[in-house]
Amino acid sequence: MNAPFFKFGLFSSDVSLIIAFVIGIGFGFMLERGGFGSAKILAAQFYFSNMRVLKVMFSAIVTAMIGIYFLSVIGFMDLSLIYVSNTYIIPQVLGGLILGVGFVIGGYCPGTSMVAFSTGKIDGFVYVLGLFAGIFVFGEMFPLFTNFYYSTDMGSVTIPSFLGLSYGLVVFLVILMAIGAFAAAEWSEKKFADRNPEKNL
Amino acid sequence: MTSLIKSITHIFEKDESHVHLEIKAQPYWNPYLTGIGLGLVLLAAYVIMGRGLGASGAVSTVVAVGVNTIAPEHSSGNQFYTEYLGDGKTNPLKDWLVFEVLGVIAGGFLSGTLAHRVKKGIDKGPRVSNRTRLIYAFIGGGLMGFGAKLARGCTSGQALSGGAILNLGSWAFMMMIFAGGYAAAYFMRRQWL
Repeated sequence: MNAPFFKFGLFSSDVSLIIAFVIGIGFGFMLERGGFGSAKILAAQFYFSNMRVLKVMFSAIVTAMIGIYFLSVIGFMDLSLIYVSNTYIIPQVLGGLILGVGFVIGGYCPGTSMVAFSTGKIDGFVYVLGLFAGIFVFGEMFPLFTNFYYSTDMGSVTIPSFLGLSYGLVVFLVILMAIGAFAAAEWSEKKFADRNPEKNL
Repeated sequence: MTSLIKSITHIFEKDESHVHLEIKAQPYWNPYLTGIGLGLVLLAAYVIMGRGLGASGAVSTVVAVGVNTIAPEHSSGNQFYTEYLGDGKTNPLKDWLVFEVLGVIAGGFLSGTLAHRVKKGIDKGPRVSNRTRLIYAFIGGGLMGFGAKLARGCTSGQALSGGAILNLGSWAFMMMIFAGGYAAAYFMRRQWL
């Protein structure tokens, strides 16, 4: 049992900042390679013509999920040291809806807007300004809805523990679901190929 | 030689007579392979740090520090800001997510440069003006900043990172992003189609 390395005190928190920067480079690199520096490609997800958001996101989740599960099964990583943040179901469902609407209006999500900005997109830069404004407004309004913010606290809960299924079975079900979603995405891209922004870049 | 001079002069008059000598942008990578690459980066974050990736949290820290610099008394009475400001012993900007997002900016620029995709411009559909597009970008960014704070994370920190460790709230959140996006898409079609 050696991982997560940081939790076992293998390096200081100053070193962790360098690691943060390096991991960030990998993150930003992959986002840009995936086409996520372009609002047209990101938004096309919601018009069924370019499904890169779904494909990249689900294959990333599946890859990391299998890796984490495998490393914990062989005893290399202690899953209990990975912090599962609490579920506040109603605020999170509402937050997700707001994010989805904001995604179609703004064309980016917070991470991808950083990549758009760094590759010269003016709309990406303006989006980042909006992000600052939105978080500032949230911060200023926070005292008004602190109670709602902390409502429907379900504690630290995973899908396996919630459904009473084994971790491995849920991993398997998520893989099946992802394969189904990929098949649907390929079908949808063919059907709406005439308006796929990637074809006319 | 003449073509070299031509290309140099073209750099300076790029705005008037673009495209011709500009190196063509490379196609994007296969989405599934990119996803596996992104998944390995996420896995590395979990193995090395025991935590996932993020984006909106870094902006929150900067906002909290900004408010605290301008109006320290105001921020100290607000639990949302104080959480990002820490105990006052260490600089709140010396934060994991802040450095990670600086890396994201660098990594995006690196990838874009290597693929000849770094180019000043506004990304939008043909039927919308630049001005409208920028207003929408600001509103969308604002909504997502607000929503991400309510949900305790954005597409990176909550959907992607929480999704990989099967966090229930993260999956509910992720499904709602798609629901919200598809519900609003019809009203935004002029911007993109």
